[in-house]
Amino acid sequence: MRTSFGERLLDLAVSGFLWGFRILIVLIVVIGTFLTLRAGKYTGEQWIDFIVFGISQGSIYALIALGYTMVYGILRMINFAHGEIFMSGAFGGYFIATWLTGIGFMDKYPTLGLIAAMLFGMLVSTLIAVLVERIAYRPLRGAPRLVPLISAIGASFFLQYTFRGFFGPGVYAYPTMKALDGEWMFFGVGVLKVQIIVAAAAFVMMAILYFIVMFTKTGKAMRAVSEDKDVAALMGIDVNRIIVSTFALGAAMAGAAGVLYALIYRQVNFFTGFTPGIKAFTAAVLGGIGNIPGAMVGGLVLGIVESVGPALFLDSVGIPRPYQLKDAIAYIMLVMILLFRPSGILGERISKKA
Amino acid sequence: MNKRLFALLSVLVLASLMLAACGGAAAPAATEAPAATEAPAATEAPAATEAPAPAFECTDAIGCVTIAPDEPVHIAYWGVLSGADGSLGEDSKRGVELAIDDMGGKFQGHDILLTTEDAGCTPEGGATAATKLATDTSIVGLIGSSCSDETVGGIATITNAGLTTISPSNTRPVLTDPNRGPDYAGYLRTAHSDAFQGKAVAEFAFNSLKVTKAATLHDGSTYAQALQQVFVDEFIKLGGTIVAQEAVAKDATDMKPVLTTIAAAGPEFLYYPVFVAVGGYVTAQVRDVAGLENVYIAGSDGIFTADLLKAGGANTKGMYLSSPDFSAFTGDYAGLIAKHTAKYGGSTLSTFHAHAYDATNLMFAALEKVAVVEADGTIYVGRQALRDAIYATKDFSGVTGNLSCSPSGDCGAPVIAMYEIVNSDPASWNPADVANPNPKKIWP
Repeated sequence: MRTSFGERLLDLAVSGFLWGFRILIVLIVVIGTFLTLRAGKYTGEQWIDFIVFGISQGSIYALIALGYTMVYGILRMINFAHGEIFMSGAFGGYFIATWLTGIGFMDKYPTLGLIAAMLFGMLVSTLIAVLVERIAYRPLRGAPRLVPLISAIGASFFLQYTFRGFFGPGVYAYPTMKALDGEWMFFGVGVLKVQIIVAAAAFVMMAILYFIVMFTKTGKAMRAVSEDKDVAALMGIDVNRIIVSTFALGAAMAGAAGVLYALIYRQVNFFTGFTPGIKAFTAAVLGGIGNIPGAMVGGLVLGIVESVGPALFLDSVGIPRPYQLKDAIAYIMLVMILLFRPSGILGERISKKA
Repeated sequence: MNKRLFALLSVLVLASLMLAACGGAAAPAATEAPAATEAPAATEAPAATEAPAPAFECTDAIGCVTIAPDEPVHIAYWGVLSGADGSLGEDSKRGVELAIDDMGGKFQGHDILLTTEDAGCTPEGGATAATKLATDTSIVGLIGSSCSDETVGGIATITNAGLTTISPSNTRPVLTDPNRGPDYAGYLRTAHSDAFQGKAVAEFAFNSLKVTKAATLHDGSTYAQALQQVFVDEFIKLGGTIVAQEAVAKDATDMKPVLTTIAAAGPEFLYYPVFVAVGGYVTAQVRDVAGLENVYIAGSDGIFTADLLKAGGANTKGMYLSSPDFSAFTGDYAGLIAKHTAKYGGSTLSTFHAHAYDATNLMFAALEKVAVVEADGTIYVGRQALRDAIYATKDFSGVTGNLSCSPSGDCGAPVIAMYEIVNSDPASWNPADVANPNPKKIWP
């Protein structure tokens, strides 16, 4: 009787704390937003800028998150080497972009040049991802879930330091492209060209992926394997082939994201994939891991909150240097969403798979 | 049981003594017997006293380093050698190597051995590097670190291990503050304190550019945080206004939101004394933000490197950087550059090679004074004696100036100048060039 009373007290304290936490965060957000908007420090144009920066950053997170979520959906494993796959795409694109700029092709046909850089980045990423799957994951297919996870972390380090070995610890700067400089005007508001191009390209890639998954035979097979591997195999689906194509598709998205990322930030080094990889994983969890539209939504929400959050929530509540807390805002938002919706924004019902 | 354990121990002690004897000069066999009766823990001490005839008695308060006749004199360089900020440490390391080359690679007939430890420009990296260095008892002295953060993380370990380090590039004021505390007893620097650098930038902005509204941005590193604060204080003292003081995380890449916040405050001058990682991203993105298209942008010695041009791209043209004033160096800087070009080719990587060169020479000058050299070539160095000798440096004629070390560890001759980047092509980087320097000195 006494223990049960004690347990109930503890339960009460824990849920009380969690509710207090929720209320506190919501209060900060509401009061901060109200005060910032009332102070009128930022013009409407600047708010639009914040959101546009967030969308382009978020669409890159979304592209990377797709790879995490697809692999999780099919294998129930977290591919921690995915950030490095992303980095390898950025490197691949770098060499093509530099070469094309060097021979003057990029200035004459910027669209073709960019597409070439992206395709090559995707090719490099896909090759590496397929190799990683074959060497580091497939032999561990039947092992307990912790084993491939550790193998993935190992693969991540291996790729990082292989790139460091080949290309050195220094920074590679993407060539600047004239076609990407300047702004486009929308209803009197100037928006940077590169942001629009990156976001548009990312949305096109996501649309292609969604089409492949929903309306092709391979896509149907992927969905079948993610529902139930064994039954799918009984229906005549080559499970290994589908798993490889899932890795390849996710990696192609990451490779494209790598090139787009480098177009905005203009530099690559062997460590480039680490932070975006972690952020994209956060985005995948935020949107509901295993769910493809969820990854897209999660990426965009994360990008926008990171960009708008520090100014909107924290600027006016007396917190100095709010931008140092950008990551804290992102992760607190993750905690909040998981508190209110444990399966993520668009998460699947957890009971579906044991 | 106990007997067997004792037997095992004494066999081990004997074996280790025999090994030690074989490694050193041929010691008389008789000394082995009395040593073996000593406690097992004392294996080190008897090994040291085994040296021939006039035995050196180590009376130093924090111990001695013994360098056997065939062993090299071991010094170590610690600093940032990888990642975006790697040039800063690599540049200083070259200064150390050039100084060693000038001594012919020898000290008192012993080879000089230089090892390096990467500290990654973070407090954690500094702590790890320091722990590794502290366990190596063959190290005589240290040059480093590169980033003030590394020193903050590692200095207590280094001081307590009896080592002394001279930093060529730490500029955070508090590191040589008179009240810096006993952990810093083993720390000196040939770099200037940012108390001078921040003031110089503020004077340049207010008096020369005639701006009155400035904003700062730092990356949370102890170096950047302290330097921008000095600038802020001095700029206000001159009569200017600080409209925004912002910060980002060290691994941040998207600077546009924080730059938009800064733009909303309407500065005329943006000062970001950070390292290359953040500096490159800020420079590359600053002109994309509405309201910052035409502000003056300035950084400091942490990004005084061609890597900034690589990372920052075309926007670096017209940017200002503060740095030690190369033209104010009283020593033979041109000669050092000639040696640098002969050995490594190309331009210098960053701004502190001359300071590293001086730090190394200063260390060996002090070593010269305190080293006890036996007839057979064995060298004994008292760790406290070496430390005291470095602190006692007076009017040491170095490349960067006449160096005298203060009781709180400042050995540098702080003369700061402002440089302007006149060409954004990394290949054109050559601050030491006489005809076409890039960056070019513009103030004072």
